[in-house]
Amino acid sequence: MENKKGILGYLLNNRHRSRTISYTMVAAAYILLEILLKTGNLSNLFTGLLVPATCYLVAAIGLNLNVGVSGELNLGQAGFMAVGAFSGVCVSGVLAGTVPPVLRLILAIIIGMLLTAFVGFLIGIPVLKLQGDYLAIVTLAFGQIVMNLIMNLYVAFDSTGIKFSFVESKFTLGEGGKYLINGPMGATGTERIANFTAGTILVIFALVVVYNLIYSRSGRAIMAARDNRIAAESIGINIAKTKMMAFVISAALAGAAGALYGLNYSTMVASKFDYNTSILILVYVVLGGLGNFNGTLIATVILFLLPQLLRGLQDYRMLIYAVVLILIMLITNNEFLRTKAASLRKKKA
Amino acid sequence: MHSPAPLSDPFGLSDSALFYIDGSFSQNCKGSACPKPAMRRNAPRRPLQGALYRYEKHESGEPKPAMRFLSNLVTGLGLGSVYAIIALGYTMVYGIAKMLNFAHGDVIMVGAYVAFFAFTRFGMPMPAGVLLAVVCCTVLGVVVERLAYKPLRQASSLSVLITAIGVSYFLQNAAQLLWSASPKMFPPIISTGVLKIGGLSIAYLTLLTIATCIIVMICLTLFINRTKTGSAMRACSEDKDAARLMGINVNQIISLTFAIGSGLAAIAAVLLCANYPTVTPTLGSMPGIKAFTAAVFGGIGSIPGALLGGLLLGIIEILSKAYISTQLSDVIVFGVLIVILLVKPTGLLGKKLSEKV
Repeated sequence: MENKKGILGYLLNNRHRSRTISYTMVAAAYILLEILLKTGNLSNLFTGLLVPATCYLVAAIGLNLNVGVSGELNLGQAGFMAVGAFSGVCVSGVLAGTVPPVLRLILAIIIGMLLTAFVGFLIGIPVLKLQGDYLAIVTLAFGQIVMNLIMNLYVAFDSTGIKFSFVESKFTLGEGGKYLINGPMGATGTERIANFTAGTILVIFALVVVYNLIYSRSGRAIMAARDNRIAAESIGINIAKTKMMAFVISAALAGAAGALYGLNYSTMVASKFDYNTSILILVYVVLGGLGNFNGTLIATVILFLLPQLLRGLQDYRMLIYAVVLILIMLITNNEFLRTKAASLRKKKA
Repeated sequence: MHSPAPLSDPFGLSDSALFYIDGSFSQNCKGSACPKPAMRRNAPRRPLQGALYRYEKHESGEPKPAMRFLSNLVTGLGLGSVYAIIALGYTMVYGIAKMLNFAHGDVIMVGAYVAFFAFTRFGMPMPAGVLLAVVCCTVLGVVVERLAYKPLRQASSLSVLITAIGVSYFLQNAAQLLWSASPKMFPPIISTGVLKIGGLSIAYLTLLTIATCIIVMICLTLFINRTKTGSAMRACSEDKDAARLMGINVNQIISLTFAIGSGLAAIAAVLLCANYPTVTPTLGSMPGIKAFTAAVFGGIGSIPGALLGGLLLGIIEILSKAYISTQLSDVIVFGVLIVILLVKPTGLLGKKLSEKV
């Protein structure tokens, strides 16, 4: 903060520019969408997409922390979302009727986040012992395991308390009892308490957490461990600890996103969170640019909306989505275009 | 396993079919909000052509525990052989191009459709249909490599990974447009009889599957170790730049690797569909992931590792389905993978083996 000139100078100084841009983008998008919502100019289709979009944004920001900043390929982000979603749904189901919706939503997200962070910590212990592609396949395996376990989980709730069961459901429920998670049927009859404002606040929260982390001492340690493990270790950085920190925060953000996502639908099945969802989020992160959170925001919104915008093309939309994906990768990695872009940038400077 | 769209993966289907055969269907269905009636309607009611669970239908009550175990073991070997053939494709491509080819599972799907149409619409005999599928998949693999992967030789591995995911989406959706999402029943490729050895009965199909796997392994090992092209492949997998200096056309070798991998995928497709006779556009994804797991299990990049990993994975999957829990078999399979990787971080045959291809 050498050239700090008031608050504007602080916000626009090089170190904080990307942070300022992120917050501005989110705030502007929120205000614009709220105006459109209030004046009734937003179609039902898009209104329904707002909350899921914020959920994917939060999950993608978390994943970018893990893949971009910490440099570990994670193919199981959806598994963490599943943990958050189903714990959030349970919290909300148990508290229904006694706690007002807003507080219930906050509690569900916080508990979902904490529980997922704990699960992330447990999974992180074995996962972070591995490296490279082996680490990636193990996160994929964990994602599948979590999804399969939740698919066989039965949670019910009645006046006597919460009941868990595994694989087979054999509860005798008292008066007013109901299933919160019903094995392969998932969570049904959830009260839809998620809303766009909560989603936006969560996105801002995720950005604050991530930016404060990467501009801190710990964040620099994480990046040092990514760039050169041995050199980082030699100057006294605890690799296991820094990697674990990024992994757990990434998982926690995915859990919070999952909790919000789960409370946005009246029914939710665990198979929604299979490896395809993990890969979808990874695509957002890679196309946005590794370690670039503004890129993540833009890429997530565009790629999330793209299939919807192509809806007019009906059956062809996913085909076109696939072609766009391949073309973006081919164009951004084209040697000729790259050298051109580099020379243009040089001229500007 | 009980996804609301049970047609999405072949193993989901086989699970639901197992419910009918071993009678656990009714046991598992006690809760008030039971999801299974819906599945019952969707699940194929016709008798299983698939031989993998045939032993369950024993006419005279339960088979003896030892026989049941042996029978499960053979069934596991059959499934493992299919995984091993798919895993070979993953491991070869990884060994030479250093990329995770996420589209490999979808090449299997294309092979399955080609074989399906060859058998049903054109009435081709078995070898001709298989050959056609192999040719189509080989061409597809080479074309995909040329168009999508070759321009990315110098790019980061994540870019290549995303491109492979794009190719996978493309193939799945193209298949859905061309052939619709409704599942098609794969015809039986050989007689559905069983070979009886003592008290043990093994379906001919399982024998064929295992035999094919052995033949493929022998041919591939001979090719890699005894031919000039094979040693060029080994050279490429060890050091591409040095191989180039030795006058090896590295691009050609990579294309050839994709061709072989995709051709093997077609063979695997026919065997897979003969055992689990439902052809859908997403048919390849789950076996693809499992085979990828198998390749990592055995040490990715190693050919014997792929065989070992595939067979072990198949056996573990069938045994856990038979003795522990049908629903949790995937949990067990992936759990074993994690344990193995923690004990041996580069897979079973990962580092020891110098001949990585």
